[in-house]
Amino acid sequence: MLQITGLAASIDGKDILRGIDLTLPQGEVHAIMGPNGSGKSTLSYVLAGRDGYAVTSGSARLDGADLLAMTPDERAAAGLFLAFQYPVELPGVGNANFLRTALNAQRRARGESELDAVQFLKLARAATKQLSMPDDMLKRNVNVGFSGGEKKRNEVLQMALLRPRLAILDETDSGLDIDALKIVAEGVNALRGPNFSALVITHYQRLLDYIVPDRVHVLVGGRIVRSGGPELAHALEADGYAAIAAEAA
Amino acid sequence: MSAALAETAHSFLARYEGLRDHLPGDGAARQAAAAAFAASGLPGPRDEAWKYTPLRALTEIAFHAPLAALADARAPSALLPELGMPRLVLVDGRVQPDLSVLPDGVHISGFAAAPEFGALPGGGRDAMAALNTMLAEDGVRIEVPEGVDAGVLAVISLASEAAHHPVDFHPRHAIRLNAGARLTLLELSRGDGVYLHNPLTELQVGAGAALVAVRLQEESHSAFHLSGTYAEIADGGSYELFLLHLGARLVRSEIDVTLAGPGARFALRAAQALGEARHADITTIVRHAAPHCASRQSVRTVLDGQARGVFQGRVEVARGAQKSDGYQMSQALLLSPDAEMDTKPQLEIYADDVKCSHGATIGELDADQLFYLQSRGVPRAEARGMLVHAFLAETVAALPHAGARGLAESAIAAWLGARPA
Amino acid sequence: MQAVAETTDPVQALTQSGYKWGFATEIETELAPKGLNPDIIRLISARKGEPGWLLEWRLKAYAAWLTMTEPHWAMLAYPPIDYQDLHYYAAPKRKPGPQSLDQVDPELLRTYEKLGIPLRERAILAGVEPAEGSRQVAVDAVFDSVSVATTFRETLAKSGVIFCPISEAVREHPELVQRYLGSVVPTGDNYFAALNSAVFTDGSFVFVPKGVRCPMELSTYFRINARNTGQFERTLIIAEDGAQVSYLEGCTAPQRDENQLHAAVVELVALNEAQIKYSTVQNWYPGDAEGRGGIYNFVTKRGACRGARSRISWTQVETGSAITWKYPSCILQGEDSVGEFYSVALTNHHQQADTGTKMIHIGPRTRSTIVSKGISAGQSNNTYRGLVRIQPKASGARSHTQCDSLLIGEECGAHTVPYIESRNASAKVEHEATTSKIDEDQLFYCRQRGLSQEDAVGLIVNGFCKDVLKELPMEFAVEAQKLLAVSLEGSVG
Repeated sequence: MLQITGLAASIDGKDILRGIDLTLPQGEVHAIMGPNGSGKSTLSYVLAGRDGYAVTSGSARLDGADLLAMTPDERAAAGLFLAFQYPVELPGVGNANFLRTALNAQRRARGESELDAVQFLKLARAATKQLSMPDDMLKRNVNVGFSGGEKKRNEVLQMALLRPRLAILDETDSGLDIDALKIVAEGVNALRGPNFSALVITHYQRLLDYIVPDRVHVLVGGRIVRSGGPELAHALEADGYAAIAAEAA
Repeated sequence: MSAALAETAHSFLARYEGLRDHLPGDGAARQAAAAAFAASGLPGPRDEAWKYTPLRALTEIAFHAPLAALADARAPSALLPELGMPRLVLVDGRVQPDLSVLPDGVHISGFAAAPEFGALPGGGRDAMAALNTMLAEDGVRIEVPEGVDAGVLAVISLASEAAHHPVDFHPRHAIRLNAGARLTLLELSRGDGVYLHNPLTELQVGAGAALVAVRLQEESHSAFHLSGTYAEIADGGSYELFLLHLGARLVRSEIDVTLAGPGARFALRAAQALGEARHADITTIVRHAAPHCASRQSVRTVLDGQARGVFQGRVEVARGAQKSDGYQMSQALLLSPDAEMDTKPQLEIYADDVKCSHGATIGELDADQLFYLQSRGVPRAEARGMLVHAFLAETVAALPHAGARGLAESAIAAWLGARPA
Repeated sequence: MQAVAETTDPVQALTQSGYKWGFATEIETELAPKGLNPDIIRLISARKGEPGWLLEWRLKAYAAWLTMTEPHWAMLAYPPIDYQDLHYYAAPKRKPGPQSLDQVDPELLRTYEKLGIPLRERAILAGVEPAEGSRQVAVDAVFDSVSVATTFRETLAKSGVIFCPISEAVREHPELVQRYLGSVVPTGDNYFAALNSAVFTDGSFVFVPKGVRCPMELSTYFRINARNTGQFERTLIIAEDGAQVSYLEGCTAPQRDENQLHAAVVELVALNEAQIKYSTVQNWYPGDAEGRGGIYNFVTKRGACRGARSRISWTQVETGSAITWKYPSCILQGEDSVGEFYSVALTNHHQQADTGTKMIHIGPRTRSTIVSKGISAGQSNNTYRGLVRIQPKASGARSHTQCDSLLIGEECGAHTVPYIESRNASAKVEHEATTSKIDEDQLFYCRQRGLSQEDAVGLIVNGFCKDVLKELPMEFAVEAQKLLAVSLEGSVG
């Protein structure tokens, strides 16, 4: 499970996260909602270990292990997956090669045997089929020339193959039409189970109609100002963040 | 010119003086070249065209003429790849009929047997061209008759260590495609030990003819490779060059292309990958001398260690060469704090109805891409390797010949593998 | 004409002392004999009442110049310059000060009119007693080598800003001049800079002390109007820690047949967090449509960002001169310092311009931006030549260049010669260049909407240059736009 305690972080000396406390028990899906600039993406980047963010205090533990002490790839091997809000293009790197390299690196780090090309391809084809994605998605360069929707689906495909213990979905719904949204939601729901937890970061309630969270947290000004059940998302949709923030203050 | 450069130049001139009566071909042409070389000497740092490529290292070595006769036993056959195609093999600059497999439908001869110095398109007044003219002994001459598709032919230049001391050789190649002819050329340079390979190639591509050349430079890491290619493309003809700089201590490929007739085309896709204190330079001049010509150049350079990379490219559009389309892009990756990249793209335009552009970038690996790979669990060193490979992969993937692709891929993989992470 | 009287008095005093070289008096100008030698340099120095160290400095520059040869790497062709056939000193002769514009030389006023100088400023420039009221622009007018008018001195003095002719600064603030003169462009830097150092006669001096934001834009108008007189201006601008200054330089020359040599040197020094903005509109006589006459403009302009987070910004609109050889540059030494170069160079008829910039990144996280717009018309040649160099210690440096050329007509030339050198892996350097013809569809669209061909070209060219023009201070931007349209007259049929 994920345990975040008093987490504070800054970029270029500017405080963004101002003390986050959050416990995500194993097997649960929590949503983090918040207005623009509240620190949502920063939280996901800090948890995944991107450069440029200074953690000024607090801790983040995944199954007891200190996430903040690990390199990004060590965090991935520990089971953390970040679905990017803006997936990065990798010209010249084939999707299949990329996925196999990533999968094998993680398996290696966990002391598991590596998959050969045939084994991998079988797995990858099954995943694309399950997510109703064309096979040529595997042949193309990673995210190069992909539409916004295709990029997000590619993130879900990667998640399906890498089978993380904890997935952080950073505004995966932004720029998606309703069909793509459903595919993404199905991808997440298919993984749901006692060994999978997810942190769904979103600005809108819409995604949460498809991925129904166990808990909803409201992030404003770098702090979680309210937590509640799925009904909180509906309240937010009706009343807006300002009301909630004012109430919390 | 520095004293050291002058001394090295003098040793080449002295060699010429000793050999002049034994060298094949037009003595007057050689004499004129020798006079030009004596006047110019080896290019130095004050020479604008050589500003970024100092030849100082050349002066540390005492070069000798290669052995005249090469015992079969000493032919470096280990360097000779099995490509399953006709091939012309040179060892230390001399054509080796025993190692060669002649193609059909093409006229082949050697420079030694039929010595002719062509008028170099574009002038070729460079000092290295003069040095070549002065000392050229052998080389290949290939002519594809009108309308003939000659398929694939390999020209393989090997350097042996037979002489047991540093040698220099200056082969003179001439390739001519008559109207409508086609040829794919695989040009491979390899060797062992310390040597200077200074080939000069004269290229004539006739009307509507198409030459595709894949040039893999994999010289020994102690060798110098200074090559000049002077090409003239007639109307509707095309010259497509894939150039990979993967070896040599110091390499410079000078490509001088004149698009002489309407609709002529030139395309260059090049990659250079090097580390240690090695040096690689691609210098191009593309002359749009007629209307409706197109040129596209793309050069990618990866530098590690204390390596230095250079790309100089000039596109000239002559008065009246309307509807010219010129494009040039140089991208460089610096992998180490001590590497250096110098780029000088140049446009010289004398016609208004043209579309010419160039771009140049120099930087390190993209931090977002690295993080993305790491966030998927790929360790940093491996992620860097993947991105470097991807940077070069586009050029390699475009190679039009599977055998050439294989050679290039293994050379790049070997280089990436040998890199300290 | 008090301002005039102030600055010319010392010159007058020297002239009247009967110096052995004497002066050839030609209508309104006094000239030193032709030629360059140590005696001429001594004469210049004596006329200006300079201290010994400056004479020594000049003689050292002259000695360096003698060992150098004129550079010819630029894409410029012009007949050899006979440096011994030039006058190296000319001073305006004193005449009674005009009481109103009616009394000012009409030729001079016509020049100002062409430049679009506001009426009030024309009076100031011409030395008429200034009228009351608020003024935003301080003008130090340089006429043929000797400053004859300086305004707004009091307002500037109140805030501690020194803005005066450099010859005056030599007398009044010798310690500042001695500390900074030649510290950015050394005497032996290049052929033309060495020549300038030996014989410079005047120019502007600006000193903005620590923490001061200069309360107004500073301007200098250059005007060359003496036959065969070389102009060797020397400008020195220093902005101390946190200081800010914007300096405008506009130039014009009346038509003359003979070629005129101009070799100015401009040095800028920006200390910690200082900002200097230097804007130029250059429309000297370009020669006639057949390429006769016109100014030869060989200029060395360089700024040193010595302090952390300092910024130097060059903006130029170059439409004049027969020959332009000019590379305003930035030495980015201080960490996080910023250099900018925004340039429009327009050549028509037989003009030749070889211009660009050098950005030398020395300090960490230094940044440079280069935007160059070249327009060639007629039989002209227009070259962008630039250098971006990233030194090993410039970690995290960034440089971006956008360099575009527009060709109008099939007999002109447009050339691009960038040098890009990087010795730091963490630096990011980008360069883009394009060359194209003026767009026929755009022209037609404008014509269809009722614009004349020339207006349409003017409009499109101004659009092409927008990224540069928007960097100019407002009053210059308007003038520059007019200038671009006027300079292209006769280039399209």
